Amino acid sequence: MSTRWSEKLRRNGFGWGLVMPSLLFLCMFTYYPMFKSVWLSFYEKNLAVRNPVFVGFDNYKALMQDPIFIEVFRNNIWFAIGTVPVSIALAFVMALFADKAIRGKGLIRIAFFYPNMIPMIAAASIWLFLYMPQFGLFAQFASWIIGNEVHLLGNPNTVLGSLIVMTVWKEAGYFMIFYLAGMQQIPKDLYETASVDGIGAWEQQWRITLPLTMPTTLFVTVIAITNAFKWVDHLWMMTKGGPDHASSLLLYYIYETTFKFNDQGMAAAMTVLMIILLLIISCLQFAGWERKIHYQ
Amino acid sequence: MLALAVVWLIPLVWVIRNAFLPREASIGSAWSWGFTLDNFIRVWEGAPFGQYTWNTFLVTAAIFLVQIFTLTLAAYAFARVPFFGRRVVFMLFLVQIMVPPDVLIFSNYQIINELGLLDTKLGIMLPYFASAFGVFLLRQAFKQLPHELDEAARVEGASALRILLRIYMPLAKPVYLSFAIVSISFHWNDFLWPLIVTDSPENRLLTVGLAMFAKSTESGTQWADVSAATLIVIMPMLIGFLLFQRQFISSFMHSGIKG
Repeated sequence: MSTRWSEKLRRNGFGWGLVMPSLLFLCMFTYYPMFKSVWLSFYEKNLAVRNPVFVGFDNYKALMQDPIFIEVFRNNIWFAIGTVPVSIALAFVMALFADKAIRGKGLIRIAFFYPNMIPMIAAASIWLFLYMPQFGLFAQFASWIIGNEVHLLGNPNTVLGSLIVMTVWKEAGYFMIFYLAGMQQIPKDLYETASVDGIGAWEQQWRITLPLTMPTTLFVTVIAITNAFKWVDHLWMMTKGGPDHASSLLLYYIYETTFKFNDQGMAAAMTVLMIILLLIISCLQFAGWERKIHYQ
Repeated sequence: MLALAVVWLIPLVWVIRNAFLPREASIGSAWSWGFTLDNFIRVWEGAPFGQYTWNTFLVTAAIFLVQIFTLTLAAYAFARVPFFGRRVVFMLFLVQIMVPPDVLIFSNYQIINELGLLDTKLGIMLPYFASAFGVFLLRQAFKQLPHELDEAARVEGASALRILLRIYMPLAKPVYLSFAIVSISFHWNDFLWPLIVTDSPENRLLTVGLAMFAKSTESGTQWADVSAATLIVIMPMLIGFLLFQRQFISSFMHSGIKG
């Protein structure tokens, strides 16, 4: 009996010892900051109030009435709506061709995937140039077609759309990879049988590939939505959230509130909202995983 | 589809063209065949890009090495050691995947500040020393190894750590490679966190250096320089990707499916 106890004790000590290094960093940089954000979100702490004053849910109430926060949140929703379906649909089509194409397969994969390998900040610097009035590629193109100068990033009506285009360019190739993996798992004889039955190539994609890559679609959708709330680097480089907050997104606004306006209470409240949002999206992912396991 | 691929390449072609174009030609609307390396020389002399590259290399490599240590131990524990509270701790790890450190910039900044590590390389690295994603990836690989391997080694008198080092780690090499690619490309390309933590050139990373450099050039005439700087920054990853295209793509497939 006592040897079993000591064996158990030894095993527990060993297990905990092994996870301890990771757990330590996790507590320090995930759990502690999360709880700290929650705690701080109930206090007023900014340049005017040096010692935090407990205000309960006031920060949250203020956020709900802050027109900038509402606009930023709406921008982020539009940013997600603009980037997620398009990049996923493109990724699917890209994968179809990168999977089936006989010639230029390698080149196609490289062309679609390389944007993912370069930092967002570098992509932003390139696209800033493409979007630049007068000298930029788009401006030259526009003046050539409609004879008009365009300043895509300077106009509140076009700025978010321009950033969406760039993000789709950056992300679609990344999602293509997952579809490529998904498509390789579809048994080839399904297509052969379909061909024998006289079902055309396009209908095969529609009736076989599309439904059988559904788990991938689910998985990729969650990543895409999560990413839509995490991309910020390009804002720093290209627009600073402007003009007039027309391109600002949640995480960027948190960054501004913290480091420019020094309003820690508000920043904490926004961080908490952001955490809740990400947790909800991720739960969808786990639901997706369950289904994926079911499929295989 | 080839047409779409060509469209996708336009930004790259554009930045390369501008990087090698004489300054004056880069803002003209007329096509020019000019070729020069002046932009690169000017950029290299104008800002410490060599230092930035070295810093980025150091930070990325150090994060990766520490991660290998922490995640191997944790993955082994989750895969093979039935310790008390394992499920709960595992759930705790899940949360880091959902709420990555980049979202917690605001609180993490304060912690780094309290530790007195602002504007240090260690300050940039610290929040990433544990990777729940890596733990999941590796745990899966460890779990798939047959138990008989353990038992055989144990009969021969090998300790658990020895088994981990001599059997588990070598057999999980492809997973380590996958994780290496994902981790290194992420940290090489990361921007906002290094921007917040550092403010001196001695500790600045490539991405932050590029952003600072681009911001310091106001007029359009310096776009050739910015293009050259951008090319300097994207080159290491781009060359790596071109050389090991297959490994890159399969590792992303791998990490995506299992992660």
